[in-house]
Amino acid sequence: MASGVKPRVKVPKTAAAGSAVTLKTLISHKMESGRRKDKQGNVIPRSIIHRFTCEFNGAMVLDVAMEPAISTNPYFEFEATVPEAGDFKFTWYDDDGSVYDTSKSIKIA
Amino acid sequence: MEFTRRDTLALGLGAAALAVLPISAYATTEAATLAFTGGADVAEGGVDLTAPEIAENGNTVPVSVAAPGAVAIMILATGNPDPNVVTFNFGALSASTAASTRIRLAGTQDVVAIAKMADGSFTKASKQVKVTIGGCGG
Repeated sequence: MASGVKPRVKVPKTAAAGSAVTLKTLISHKMESGRRKDKQGNVIPRSIIHRFTCEFNGAMVLDVAMEPAISTNPYFEFEATVPEAGDFKFTWYDDDGSVYDTSKSIKIA
Repeated sequence: MEFTRRDTLALGLGAAALAVLPISAYATTEAATLAFTGGADVAEGGVDLTAPEIAENGNTVPVSVAAPGAVAIMILATGNPDPNVVTFNFGALSASTAASTRIRLAGTQDVVAIAKMADGSFTKASKQVKVTIGGCGG
């Protein structure tokens, strides 16, 4: 597991049923592209998060396939429909097999 | 000036190299497009691609895409060593088929967004981004 990986997500606490909410996600990760070289001229091997998914109560909101051209500390902003109260589940898949996840619940106002 | 056999050969090789170089850079973008569209026709317009005109730092260039009625949007950076950047696949609970992220650009280039619509057609939009400091190491 890459060190210092910390997911952060911003989800409103409440929403009206059926309305759209904006979600923001950020995860600290160095996203080594595999093209940089160290001081000795050796290529630093690629180490990125290659997939991100967001689900709400098991239904898919967004599935992102990522390449090395995504910046350090990958950030995503998107919108989701909230049909009922429940949990958003955010999952990041690392090249080294690690899976980072976090979830946030939302209530109906 | 008379051309010897050797001169002619050298000239020919140089010309061939010149002709091939831009095509090979283009071909990877083509290949990435083909992998996404499966060879279908790509129409212009229908996709909103927002990117800065001038990005001071190529390491983090904010881009956002929106395409009403899309099921997936792919972003390509035509001037990067690997043009693939990101593919957004929108699920059932996606409210608007729009997303923002931050990408790396190696230099001044065109950024292309290709959207796959629900009916299986494809549309694209492109925008040139001027980059002061490249973002792919070196």
